Amino acid sequence: MSGHSNWPEWIYVGVVVALMVWVGAEAWEAERLIEHVPEGAETIIVTGQQWFWTFEHEDGTKEIGELHVEVGKAYKFEIHSKDVNHSFNIHDYVVLMDAIPGRVNTVWFAPTEAATHDIQCREYCGLIHYNMRATLYVEAPSS
Amino acid sequence: MVLELQKPRPIWQIMFSTHHTDVGLLYLITSLAFLFLGGSLALAIRAELFLPGAQIIGDAMTYNRIFTVHGTTLIFLFILPFASSVGNYFVPIMVRYKDMAYPKLNAIAFWMIPPAGALIWLGFADFTWYATPPYSIISAPGPAADMWIFGLKILGISSVLGAINFVVTILKCKHPDMSIGQVPLLAWSFLSSSLIILVAIPTFAAALLMLLTDRLGVSGFFNPAMGGDPIAYAHLFWFTFHPEVYVLVIPAIGMMYEIIPRFSRKPIYSYNSGVFAFVLLSIVGFSSWAHHMYATGMSFTEKTVFMVGTLAAVPASAMHVFNFIATMWNGRIKFSTPMMWAVGGIALFFSAGAGGVANAAMPLDFTTHDTYWVVGHFHLFVMGTIAFGSIGYLYYMFPYVTGRMYNETMGKVHFIMSFVGTVLVFFTQHVLGLYGMPRRVFDYPPIPEWIAMNQISTVGAMIIGVSMAIFLANMIYSSGKGKLANTEDPFGLGGKYYYPFEAKNPSH
Ligand code: HEM
Ligand SMILES: [Cu+2]
Ligand SMILES: [Cu+2]
Repeated sequence: MSGHSNWPEWIYVGVVVALMVWVGAEAWEAERLIEHVPEGAETIIVTGQQWFWTFEHEDGTKEIGELHVEVGKAYKFEIHSKDVNHSFNIHDYVVLMDAIPGRVNTVWFAPTEAATHDIQCREYCGLIHYNMRATLYVEAPSS
Repeated sequence: MVLELQKPRPIWQIMFSTHHTDVGLLYLITSLAFLFLGGSLALAIRAELFLPGAQIIGDAMTYNRIFTVHGTTLIFLFILPFASSVGNYFVPIMVRYKDMAYPKLNAIAFWMIPPAGALIWLGFADFTWYATPPYSIISAPGPAADMWIFGLKILGISSVLGAINFVVTILKCKHPDMSIGQVPLLAWSFLSSSLIILVAIPTFAAALLMLLTDRLGVSGFFNPAMGGDPIAYAHLFWFTFHPEVYVLVIPAIGMMYEIIPRFSRKPIYSYNSGVFAFVLLSIVGFSSWAHHMYATGMSFTEKTVFMVGTLAAVPASAMHVFNFIATMWNGRIKFSTPMMWAVGGIALFFSAGAGGVANAAMPLDFTTHDTYWVVGHFHLFVMGTIAFGSIGYLYYMFPYVTGRMYNETMGKVHFIMSFVGTVLVFFTQHVLGLYGMPRRVFDYPPIPEWIAMNQISTVGAMIIGVSMAIFLANMIYSSGKGKLANTEDPFGLGGKYYYPFEAKNPSH
């Protein structure tokens, strides 16, 4: 099968490898920045259970199925589950983190505009998984 | 002639035979039966999602059971048995041996599949094809879940037995005059995928047992309420099943290596590169499993390692695409049905891989993970690449198996409709994922973009459904009444292109 020189394939493989290095480097850099939770972020405890979300703010107030936050602040979510795996997702802000019983996962975000967004569960969790939804209200600063 | 054409015999003679072509036929018929069964479930899923609200499937539980059995069926009861069928027919011939190395073991490996399929179908479990704990331990209803676990256990053993047989047949039984460097790429694909099976499957086999004892309440390996860890299961599962995706795809690539050079009437551009890419993929494929777990709370370092491992495997897949295109380049291509399927499959293979790279880049995966994007991604492989390669190969081997020709026009219509359908279903599902629609949902809110994309996707699925009916009619009619094939050169390619390796079965 051989006998002819194979330089086009070497060039091609080189290009693919270079592309992969580039994708990897960009992804690494972006993820490194995203992982870094800003100083002074407010903690919100998120609890997933079949089939709804509960949110607990730092001051102890609790919300079920709704989450109210303010523009301009950074929030750190501490994600728990009471039963099976779920995944906490605010798609518009690319917030995605699994809720796994026995673990606490964290993820953060800083809303930029007053608006409402969907919160959903993105990990299969049984019967009503399709409707394990909540609403995020991003409001103008109160003070 | 490659395959021995046998006179019609009573069905029980075939069923109790251990001859490799008979076992191949049994695998073939079983896999096609499950293709149609699993495919019907897909049509039910797509019909349900055509509009928000309950459509044809009354409740979420039934829906969840349907997509679980759909996925399990098409991966384990269609793709794998189909590959085993092709391997049974062709590997012994390609290495010039009279049969598989262990014919009885071969028949046993096949006969494990029907009971496993029955367990999966009669149980109809709902915990998705990953059976993730703790849902699968504390929430999933039995006995369906337990039947699924036993079904998969049996299929795993069957896979391992089949893999041992292929490895021994290729390495130990090949004709003494033939060096390993002369074994055709299709046989190499079975060697590589079998070696992957032998390394990968035991891990999941162990996890399944642990899952079962957890369900029985006597252990708590994966149950946090008993001090266990669900993430441990995810690692064991994906350590098996990321490599397993290469087990699925490598034989299909091997089939394309048979079709592409022949219908291009040129030798393969680089045999060595094909072998190298298979071997490389079987090794590097083990370094990427946790790319399915970026959102489970892994550390930055872990995520980086698995991203690098995933990206490292991409050149090996890309080399096959190059090899195919370089083989076709300046060839006298004949677009008979098998060639159309193979070329279409390569195009979809390329698109699927591009989407995979986006998943692998960790920040992007937080957009795509567990959305319809992922459903689109892997279906471009399982449907677009593997089913396309397999169906193309089925048309290609049809004259050798039956002695008759299929209907060429129907074969081409089947291809065109399936290709258009596949693009409509799975490209739109990528977009749907970007809009944020989660996978595994029975219903969805009436967001206009979601509705539009779901409708296109459903229409595409129905087009595929119709094309598959044409396919079935063609296969059934032509195997009994099709015109007799010229088995020396059924596709009119000119004999010397037919079998470059001069592989003749000495016993025939
Ligand atoms: C270029 C090569 C490939 C790359 C870079 C790649 C990458 C990925 C990544 C990163 C994921 C995880 C996505 C997520 O859940 O967020 C994924 C999922 C998946 N891939 Fe691939 N992949 C490749 C090839 C394949 C092949 C050849 C198959 C063959 C069948 C395959 C089948 C799957 C399946 C079944 C899943 C999803 C499993 C599930 O969640 O149910 N992939 N792929
Ligand atoms: Cu859920
Ligand atoms: Cu994977």
